Amino acid sequence: MKKLRRFAKRLTSWARTRQDEERLRTEIREHLAFQIEDNLRAGMPPEEARRQAVLKFGAVEAIKEDYRDQRGLPFLEALLHETRHALRRLRKSPAFTATVVLTLALGVGATAAIFSVVDGVLLKPLTYSHPEQLVAVWLTAPGMNIKDLNPSPSIYFVLCDQNRSLQDVGLYTGVSRNVTGRGEPQHVAGLDVTYGLLRTLGARPMLGRAFTRSDDEAGSPDTVMLTYDYWRHKFGGDRAAVGKTITVDGKLRQIIGVLPQTFHFGGSDLALLVPLQLNRAKTFLGDFSLGGIARLKPGVTLAEADADVARLLPIMLRSFPPPPGYTTKMFEDARIGPNLRPLKQHVVGDAGNVLWVLMGGIGLVLLIACANVANLLLVRVEERHQELAVRAALGASRGRIAAQMLFEAFILGLLSSALGLGLAYVAVRVLVAAAPAGLPRLDEIGVDGTVVLFTLAVSLFVTLLIGLITMLKYTGASLGIGLRESGRSMSESRQRHRSRSVLVTVQVALALVLLVSSGLMIRTFRSLTRVDPGFAAPSEIQTFRVDIPDTQVKDPVQVVRVEQEILEKIRAVPGVSSAGLSMSIPMDANEWSDSVFARDHIYAPGELALHRYRFVAPGFFKTLGTPLIAGRDFTWSDMYNLKAPVAIVSEKLAREYWHDPGNAVGKQIRSTSKDDWREVIGVVGDIHDDGVDKPAPSSVYWPILTHFGGIDTMVIRWAAVSIRSPRAGSQTLMNEVRQAVWSVDSDLPLADIHTLDYYERGSMARISFALVMLALAGGMALLLGIIGLYGVISYSVSQRIHEMGIRAALGAQQADILKVIAGQGFRLTLTGVAIGLPAALVLTRFLSSLLYGVEAADPLTFIAVSLILTSVALVASCIPARRAARVDPMVALHYE
Amino acid sequence: MDEKKQKKDVLQGTLALMVLKTLDVLGPMHGYRIARRIEQISGDLLALNQGTLYPVLLKLEQEGSITSEWGTSENNRKARFYRLTRQGRKQLQAEKHDWDQTSAIIARFFAVRAEDLK
Repeated sequence: MKKLRRFAKRLTSWARTRQDEERLRTEIREHLAFQIEDNLRAGMPPEEARRQAVLKFGAVEAIKEDYRDQRGLPFLEALLHETRHALRRLRKSPAFTATVVLTLALGVGATAAIFSVVDGVLLKPLTYSHPEQLVAVWLTAPGMNIKDLNPSPSIYFVLCDQNRSLQDVGLYTGVSRNVTGRGEPQHVAGLDVTYGLLRTLGARPMLGRAFTRSDDEAGSPDTVMLTYDYWRHKFGGDRAAVGKTITVDGKLRQIIGVLPQTFHFGGSDLALLVPLQLNRAKTFLGDFSLGGIARLKPGVTLAEADADVARLLPIMLRSFPPPPGYTTKMFEDARIGPNLRPLKQHVVGDAGNVLWVLMGGIGLVLLIACANVANLLLVRVEERHQELAVRAALGASRGRIAAQMLFEAFILGLLSSALGLGLAYVAVRVLVAAAPAGLPRLDEIGVDGTVVLFTLAVSLFVTLLIGLITMLKYTGASLGIGLRESGRSMSESRQRHRSRSVLVTVQVALALVLLVSSGLMIRTFRSLTRVDPGFAAPSEIQTFRVDIPDTQVKDPVQVVRVEQEILEKIRAVPGVSSAGLSMSIPMDANEWSDSVFARDHIYAPGELALHRYRFVAPGFFKTLGTPLIAGRDFTWSDMYNLKAPVAIVSEKLAREYWHDPGNAVGKQIRSTSKDDWREVIGVVGDIHDDGVDKPAPSSVYWPILTHFGGIDTMVIRWAAVSIRSPRAGSQTLMNEVRQAVWSVDSDLPLADIHTLDYYERGSMARISFALVMLALAGGMALLLGIIGLYGVISYSVSQRIHEMGIRAALGAQQADILKVIAGQGFRLTLTGVAIGLPAALVLTRFLSSLLYGVEAADPLTFIAVSLILTSVALVASCIPARRAARVDPMVALHYE
Repeated sequence: MDEKKQKKDVLQGTLALMVLKTLDVLGPMHGYRIARRIEQISGDLLALNQGTLYPVLLKLEQEGSITSEWGTSENNRKARFYRLTRQGRKQLQAEKHDWDQTSAIIARFFAVRAEDLK
């Protein structure tokens, strides 16, 4: 009862804090006045009367605190009080506050920004219902040295009919589509899908209906579904679009549905979905080239599903005939096996590597920033040492003072995390804009609840770290020493200096790790630029794609004629030195690998090597600058003459089969056992088609019009044109080229207009992204570390001015003093480097998947970085050292 | 730390009893007078720490044993006058009873130990 009453009173009195404080102050004042009067009456002199009264009353601070403890809710009370107090103190030293808040905000902001990318790309579950059940369907073929083999129509049909582990399965393949009619012709990204794809993903159309099994059967009416963005773009969001028709690749298709805005699959520029319409009756064993996804039945594990696929693969081999020119035995020898994996892993791919490395790097920068701030706080505590000692002597409790310091750190942490979050918000946008092409799930990156929580956790960690360092430092020093040492006349004691030196050493070590990492990335980048990609001066090669659909030109031979005419018109454009045409552009990720047999080679069972296919027209190699090593280039008559088929091989393929490129010319090769033998007429240099950092594939080049035995004549309709010209990349060149193309056929849309440089940079994007980010982190680390070192040395100089004055007065030369001070910085740096080197040796191992042409433990990088860091550090400590050396002894000794 | 706090609690408990008794005997008075009065009777218990009285006064007031209001002192200074409430009087009686009992028990304890030693 009494307790309850007290609590109620406390609660109300808490609300009247100010009034109560005032009351206590008045009572104390009046009490002292009474006592002084009494003392005066007793005959004391006024000074003494006052002194005795104060003595008798006791420690005012302690009593006030006691009083406060009695009244109100001490914890809340203290919190508010401390907040006000800390804010006031911080306002009084704006330069200090700004430096600390900015440093921390940069650290926290950068960490939060990178984390939001990591979270969006790697951590968040995919945005489908029950994403944990979704798997990417992959196979493997160790017999052909293929680790990841795409699914084929044959396995799809077997899976659909006989699987025991899957709810749904869907195949897809990316296709570029021309949309004509309704405004200007457009070239858009499309997906051909089996009807199960949307069901597997659990996606429902926003308008209309999804594909059904009958839509997906060969011979059904032509249908199409639109994505939300394309529907908005093409129909302005008109709901009546469903039921209308659009012309896709010259074919009228009825729009049956529109997907919701939340639907993401494939690239972000996906416009339309068309049924794949696989024809079971015409399905052969081959064509392992489609994408596949499946949804596991509830409770089924990946291993069980793999076992299920393994059970079905022999059934597949029995159920479908081999394609012409192949035998079932070849597929058995390929030893095809299951290789399912979570869809998320498939989507994320190897982006995880780069991102975790960046996260680690930025974490180190944050630690360095913390060390800098802790250093600043330590200096501040030391400057307040006298004040704190006085307060302690007046009865303020030790815990109270410690809490105060923690609180100041807490407020600084809070301010900087708020600012950091703002910075992160901006930085994420910049990052997303600068992210390498092909970084998956870009549209899922953003500052959301998880990121805010993470930022809060980071700033809590930062606050505790810097707060505890300063607190430990304070409580470690005894207060008596505080009062005695507070005069500036003494040189700093070792004890007071130690914690700051430790922090600087840690900073140097961490900075070394980051600098070594960026050094390794720079070396990687340099090795990459030294690799001969197989083409020359890519910035002077303009490329674009042009499509000649069979609705426009039916006859394959006529297609080649149109293409030849287009190339001739383009060659006539001023400034164009040559032009070529091919199925794909190097490094554009449009690859086709297939088997190649040489006539003079006896194949062991199971020896079925895959080689890169590319279909090219005359002038392609000349335009790219790919050297002709032996024989000759294609001529236009090679293109039209199907009776005497020819081929060109890459140097690597020539060496694999005939050891010397010169021997290859005149040899015969074919693609399947049903194919005609083709004469090798030339050998060209290797092209790093998969990217500069990957080995060049051994390739074979066929004419753009080819008649592989047993299969229909194939002609390149979706052609990539390359033009060598100093004007490449300019709008004016493309305008003239467009006119040249349209002078042949005005209905042909041009797409994918880039210089070859663009594809080359794209293939290095992952590495250049990592390089730029790590270099930024390394630069920040170096800057912060050097500022930290400079700060410590400068402060130490300011503390030792008096000592330096004495030394100078006793005859020390400027050089001696310079040596003393700079030596201090040098020792700290060397210790940091000594700790940093082994740490870097361990940590750079995580980088190894990003490195090319350089070892993770590259001695040159380690030595160079250590030297650079040490010399920069030496310069940073020489500046304050020179100031110390120039000290005029008279001034120094008069100081204070 | 705990020992120190215990000592303080004992001191505060004793002080509270003294405050109540003083107000009971002498009627309403302000803080300084209470302090002087206790000093006169108890000697040096408060001699160097008059200030400790104020937290005790606040605690008693929160418990409802005393009330206070601003008034004017005998030499025309503003002062806060403390007065015993009915509840305070009851509490004083109860505490006096407790105190008597406790001191009697303690006294007997010391007596017994003294005999045993002989």
